[in-house]
Amino acid sequence: MADFLQLLIAGLATGAIYALAAIGFTLLWQTSQTINFAQGEFVMLPAFFALAAMNGFGLPFWLAAVLAVAAAVVLLGFVFKIVIVDPLIRQGVLPLVISTIAVALLLKDGAKEAYSAEAQRFPSILPDRLQDIFGAKISLAQLGVLGVAMATIGALQWFLAATHTGRQMQATAQNPTVARILGVRVERMVMFTFVLNAALAAIASLLISPVYFVKFSNGETLGVAAFVSAIVGGFNQVRGAIAGGLLVGVIDNLAGAYSTVIGVSSSYRQAVPLALLVLVILFRPQGLLGRREERAV
Amino acid sequence: MKKTLLACLFVPGLAAPAAAQDSITIPNIIELSGAGATVGTNWRNGSTLAVEEINAAGGILGKKIVLEFVDTGSDPGKARAAVQRALDKNPVAIFGPIYSGSVSATLKLTNDAGVPQIIGGEAANLTEQGSKYIFRTSFGQNVSMPKIANYLRDDVKAKSVAVIYVNNDFGRGGRNAIIKELQSRGIKIAADISTEGGQADFAADVIKVKGSGADAVFVYLNEEESARFLVEARKQGLDKPLVGETTLLGQKVIDLAGAAANGVRGHVGLTVDAPVPAIQAFGKKFEARFKYKPDHNGVKGYIAPYMVKAAAEKAGKLDAKAIAAALHGLTITPDKVPGILIEATWDATGEIDRVSFLAEVKDGKQVITKVLPKLK
Repeated sequence: MADFLQLLIAGLATGAIYALAAIGFTLLWQTSQTINFAQGEFVMLPAFFALAAMNGFGLPFWLAAVLAVAAAVVLLGFVFKIVIVDPLIRQGVLPLVISTIAVALLLKDGAKEAYSAEAQRFPSILPDRLQDIFGAKISLAQLGVLGVAMATIGALQWFLAATHTGRQMQATAQNPTVARILGVRVERMVMFTFVLNAALAAIASLLISPVYFVKFSNGETLGVAAFVSAIVGGFNQVRGAIAGGLLVGVIDNLAGAYSTVIGVSSSYRQAVPLALLVLVILFRPQGLLGRREERAV
Repeated sequence: MKKTLLACLFVPGLAAPAAAQDSITIPNIIELSGAGATVGTNWRNGSTLAVEEINAAGGILGKKIVLEFVDTGSDPGKARAAVQRALDKNPVAIFGPIYSGSVSATLKLTNDAGVPQIIGGEAANLTEQGSKYIFRTSFGQNVSMPKIANYLRDDVKAKSVAVIYVNNDFGRGGRNAIIKELQSRGIKIAADISTEGGQADFAADVIKVKGSGADAVFVYLNEEESARFLVEARKQGLDKPLVGETTLLGQKVIDLAGAAANGVRGHVGLTVDAPVPAIQAFGKKFEARFKYKPDHNGVKGYIAPYMVKAAAEKAGKLDAKAIAAALHGLTITPDKVPGILIEATWDATGEIDRVSFLAEVKDGKQVITKVLPKLK
């Protein structure tokens, strides 16, 4: 039981980070029908910004973290939207999707060349002290990651549901034409979603890097996990991305620990979330909490 | 005349024949990106340092060495293609790869071409495949695992051991070798846990180790995964002795894992912390040049050019087959070739023999606790 609780909390902590990245997929899809295949790299890069601020300018971690989020908002939010998305979205979704793949490669190789191909250590927000909870030894750092990620998700949900800007963003996501008629500044709302996505990715980066370490190739794993999470939960619903992220994180951990109990080697661990993805696509293509979309031909 | 000038402009081989004759190019086919980036970077810097020294002292038999670095991306397929391309230029030797899977994919090519391949791979089976042209820079698992098994039995007093390994050629080779050695000493295998290269989350694996009730844990992962495992083990309060071979106690693992690496013990074939003045001097030289402390791969990369130098000088010519023949059965001593750092002998299969060390990580530093003699 203690082991299960430990696995559950570890899975939820990782899953909450996947959820932060997965929300970015749903936000961009809802407001601009964009699938950003550089999302994993968007999570990889801010940790490099923080490292550069700490090692290059000798800044304390908290200030480096704030600057990393700010740099991500500017570069991965504003600049990405203006330089890549705006000119290419006019050519259709496919050229844009392919361009995001190019952005992913550029960011990955850029980080490798500019910093190093080697993994770098990254400080943890909370100390690694152990806490005894129902017989399970849970680290404070893990609880901290879970807490910060869930608080961020809560704040996002509150922002979208309870603020004037958030409701305008939702209106834009649901029907941009009607939103525009009602006086919503649609372009600005779309820009806000890109900025929000960059900020969420930066927070995910700061939370995951003490565990994954900072490495140029981290985006590959994180991007796939976030994409799978978004599809499993429902690509067109923020709550779907949250549920998908948490589910993938927990299932991955449980598969790693208990696959041998049912006679399956733990080598197949990575296949389990993908098997879940296939099942969801077969039996509930809109995702577990997603909304069925119909399109006129 | 005009035609000759044009030909010189467009055919680089005609334009610079003198430069080509004064130097030899040795392809250095290593892991500079991907999971093995740490390993390859250390090797690259070590070999660069050695070549600069050798060239400054006049080169090998009067020829300067040029290292041509090729990144395998830690991928055996890319490594094989790179070795094939390198062999087309008839090199006198090839350095790398370091990952055993990549070595395994390439050793037949160098054997067929008759070109000595100086490798960093440690999988036991690499020297058992009949190649006459493969030479190790570090112990194979067939040499190191019996030492670890003795250590677990005699020093750690473990009656049962959990084995966690990375599911690649290196990891599987080590896992097979250690299980065989432990069982032959009457030590029970409490858990046999496979992990993936590049794996980031070790929570489930640590829980399995804890649940096994083993007296000790043998950790056989690559550098970054070792560090992630140690961080997770500390996070979950795993309090059993963590024992490993070279990689687990490497400087990069200590740097990445921080305090979580403290208390880790094991056998190291090569380390700049060894109580050998020549190795410590190399460590300081490396650190001054590259601004970080090298791990054992830095030492492996450093001795590779000196192996070629010693063998070529013994053979009296820069010829691939002659260098390989000279290396078989050769003992290189630091008094004659200081760059070799510790006396080393290569047998007819390319296996290396030299002293090795037992070590422990204390306060973020690798501390040597015992020196083990050469086997023969």
